[in-house]
Amino acid sequence: MAFDDTKTEDFKVVGQRVKRPDGVDKVTGKAKFGADAVAPGMLFAAIVRSPHAHARIVKIDTSKAEALSGVKGIVTRADFATGLTGGDLDVLENVMAGEKALYDGHAVAAVAATSQLIARDAAKLVEVEYEVLPHVTDVDKAMAADAPVIREGAADQSVPEGMHANVVRYHESGHGDIEAGFAEADLVVEDSFKTEATHQGYIEPHACLAQLGGDNKGELWCCTQGHWNVQKLCAAMLGLETSQLRVTASEIGGGFGGKTAVFIEPVALALSRKTSRPVKLVMSRSEVFRATGPTASTSMDIKIGMKKDGTITAGQGTFRLQGGAFPGAPMEFTAMCAFAPYNLQNVKQVGYDVMANRPKQAAYRAPGSPMAAFAVESVIDELCKKLGLDPIEVRLKNASKQGTKASFGPTWDRIGLVETLEAAQSHPHYSAPLKEGQGRGISCGFWFNHGGETSVTLALSEDGTAQLSVGTPDIGGSRASMAQMAAEELGIPYENIRTTIADTATLGYNEVSHGSRVTYASGLATIKAARAAVKILCARAAAKWGIDEDAVVWENGCAKPSGPNAGEFDPLPIDKLTRSMGRTGGPIVGHFEATPEGAGVSFATHIVDAEVDKETGQTKVVRYTVVQDAGKAINPAYVEGQFQGGAAQGIGWALNEEYIYGEDGRLQNSVFLDYRIPVASDLPMIDTVIVEVPNPGHPYGVRGVGETSICPPLAAIANAVSNAAGVRLKELPMSPPRILAALEDQANNG
Amino acid sequence: MQYHTPSSFDDAVALAKDAQGVTRFLAGGTDVLVQLRADIVTPDVLIDIKKIAGVSDITREGEGWRIGVAVTGAEMSEHDTLGKEWPGLVEAMDLIGSTQVQGRATLTGNLCNGSPAADSVPAMVAAGVTVSVTGPNGERKVAVEDIPTAPGKTSLEAGELVTAVHVPARGKSGGDAYLRFIPRTEMDIAVVGCGVNLRLDGKKIVEARVSLGAVAPTVLLVEEAANAIIGTELDDAALDALAEAASAACNPIDDKRGTIKFRTHVAGVLAKRAAKIAYQRAEAAS
Repeated sequence: MAFDDTKTEDFKVVGQRVKRPDGVDKVTGKAKFGADAVAPGMLFAAIVRSPHAHARIVKIDTSKAEALSGVKGIVTRADFATGLTGGDLDVLENVMAGEKALYDGHAVAAVAATSQLIARDAAKLVEVEYEVLPHVTDVDKAMAADAPVIREGAADQSVPEGMHANVVRYHESGHGDIEAGFAEADLVVEDSFKTEATHQGYIEPHACLAQLGGDNKGELWCCTQGHWNVQKLCAAMLGLETSQLRVTASEIGGGFGGKTAVFIEPVALALSRKTSRPVKLVMSRSEVFRATGPTASTSMDIKIGMKKDGTITAGQGTFRLQGGAFPGAPMEFTAMCAFAPYNLQNVKQVGYDVMANRPKQAAYRAPGSPMAAFAVESVIDELCKKLGLDPIEVRLKNASKQGTKASFGPTWDRIGLVETLEAAQSHPHYSAPLKEGQGRGISCGFWFNHGGETSVTLALSEDGTAQLSVGTPDIGGSRASMAQMAAEELGIPYENIRTTIADTATLGYNEVSHGSRVTYASGLATIKAARAAVKILCARAAAKWGIDEDAVVWENGCAKPSGPNAGEFDPLPIDKLTRSMGRTGGPIVGHFEATPEGAGVSFATHIVDAEVDKETGQTKVVRYTVVQDAGKAINPAYVEGQFQGGAAQGIGWALNEEYIYGEDGRLQNSVFLDYRIPVASDLPMIDTVIVEVPNPGHPYGVRGVGETSICPPLAAIANAVSNAAGVRLKELPMSPPRILAALEDQANNG
Repeated sequence: MQYHTPSSFDDAVALAKDAQGVTRFLAGGTDVLVQLRADIVTPDVLIDIKKIAGVSDITREGEGWRIGVAVTGAEMSEHDTLGKEWPGLVEAMDLIGSTQVQGRATLTGNLCNGSPAADSVPAMVAAGVTVSVTGPNGERKVAVEDIPTAPGKTSLEAGELVTAVHVPARGKSGGDAYLRFIPRTEMDIAVVGCGVNLRLDGKKIVEARVSLGAVAPTVLLVEEAANAIIGTELDDAALDALAEAASAACNPIDDKRGTIKFRTHVAGVLAKRAAKIAYQRAEAAS
């Protein structure tokens, strides 16, 4: 559905800062999250996890655990489906270890008992005999010739010959002649960068309640970003028919991509089938850190050539991503996003997907892109400094725009990068004076955004209000945005619409809430469903008036004759039409099912001021401004919230968050005390500027905004810190010991 | 697990003396309960001392103070006079945890947990705080620096417990300060901590105590660091000597929270900064 020029100016509800319908329930504690689900007679489960980074499972003895009073059932890998292949096999291997435990925290068995305490005690009584194997957790070491092999034969055909078996996928893209490009440059800067894995850090741990009978018919309530995906995967893991498992999504306490996978749901279902009782399974925070899906860690080499006037002549990047003990690190996204903001004649990017003894990575907000921006934008900053050029001018000079060829192939449609750079340049922040010890950094960032399979139904009630059923869990206020779009189309008040996240039995397939797709795709589907309902309403009015359907228009919640020739009739308001719908043709429902493919990409430019204490290496972010293209902000407050959230998570990733593994391959910091996510007092007020360059692929021009906001922060903060400290920081997080070490290196080596 | 609520310290000692297995005294519980839930320490006997009369009182003791073993950080921060006399001590306690934790956590618990990174302990050591200890063999008074012996370990004998905290008289022209380094701004654990307490005669420092946390198996009282500033007006040379002595006293570990090199360096930085604050406070009190 193309951008609708007639519907861009006279919005009544769209663009308003309406209250979210779930807000009061959330602040009063009434909202039901994953762990709030209960069922009569339910059991509680606990998972037995490997303490080893890499070990062969020799034997699992459950006899002592089974003998404990209150224990009702124990499952191991033998209780799951056999014969799975490809991605399904990887998911099952991760959910419950087979022959080997592949990382510290890998599940090897699970217990269901009549209380949580008994389940925990029983889990400690399960005796697992391991043969400990050599392990590797670092991406560069995992590629080295002497690295232990995580799994033979995991590589696909893309991998060049001669690579270590842990390199499982390879990507190459670009165009032009990079050597010729570097030869044209007045200055070439080449450097290497590393980033550590970080966790999404959602406040709600994974939780579910499962009920599965011996007849293989079941129900599952869980906290997820996409319950159709859970349904499909759980059916595969347990050998069920997909339609026989109904999945309902709870309210969700954050996901950021980390709840697009399954971890505990198949385990709870297996325990329920074994015990013939409902089974509740809730992760602890430590389990969340050890055994869900953090981001990939990276090792990257960047080479960029620039002329004295700021023209980039060539860009080259090599991106090695470690994504745990399974294929799937998003290295192709890293490679494709790296140079996306720039219109380059000569560009080449190469990516490696590398396995190591760590948990299987999951999506984290624009997976792969923030790291690429960190490396590329650091080198651009260095070039600007050495050539004495303004960093925004240089980016404007090279910016991608409509009609230029993207670094990864396609030709850009209407995009808003230049507009974000211009807004950043004219923002008071960019010209504000800096204090002693402070530095300023800027960075651009890019994310693709996504459409995906989408189903929406809008049913009118007899009183003229509407029930909107969508299938994308609300992770950012989307129920409000959907209701705003439906209200806009129906011409009724926002409050007259109730948006529900429907279960898997109620709608057609819905892809998970990822790819910044919800306001775009479910929004588009909502508009289409509402227009379908309006069409029926108009037809009912036409029948009543005895005129042609085409002679009826819908305005301000009423059917009206389209003009004088159509006849003289009083407008029929929506409630009059719905009260009689049973007699005039039956219930009025609009619906839409499709895979929209016009998701518009989103670019952002961030400005950061940081202050570095050179005696302790401590960094304080003192000012932060996000400028991003939202296409059209349906609810500006929630768009700003996404901008601020991305920046806040980026600040944590840049400065202090990291997965720390010991020599023994065990995760050292699986609690929030030592996994240092920012606290409120660590953050400045994050300023936002919404740029609106309409997406040609959405009727109102909407672009996804949730992910782009985390693409620039790592780079922008690194540039600010490097400018403040007077030394280039090339490894994340820029923790105080690392900053002091960089300062000392510089003092020693000049 | 057995849970007891004795109404006197004598009863508490009797319970502890006869207890089998792992015994823990429970005041605020901000360490005991966390360790229990995280499977680090599962006590067999839990003796809650909060029902004993007077444990929540802050009272004058001569010119100094007696702080009950269940007095919380929040109660110390809200006290009218204590923080005016000993701002470093009160601020150190106030750095621990969140507002909610402040409503539970106690000085005595922070001390008896035995962590080298405990924020209130270097401040108590610098201030010259002592504690009363009661046990099967009677009562004794012990300097705070003599309580911890290793991470998680104290010099308290089986059946012994702390019954009161004694803060000395502030006296004239004195000031104290405590600073810690954490990578964030709050809700974190000290990577390095430093307490400084000093007294002036005119502009000259005549008494000083300097303590360090999180840089050795126990909190340290560093005499060399104190000697570096006694007799000086805290000029640059004295501050450099202080930093050097503080760093020299460090015997830290490399771990997830910081490196040996980082901790050793930052101990000197914090010593200087804390000394300047203590000096300003002493001048203001002159």
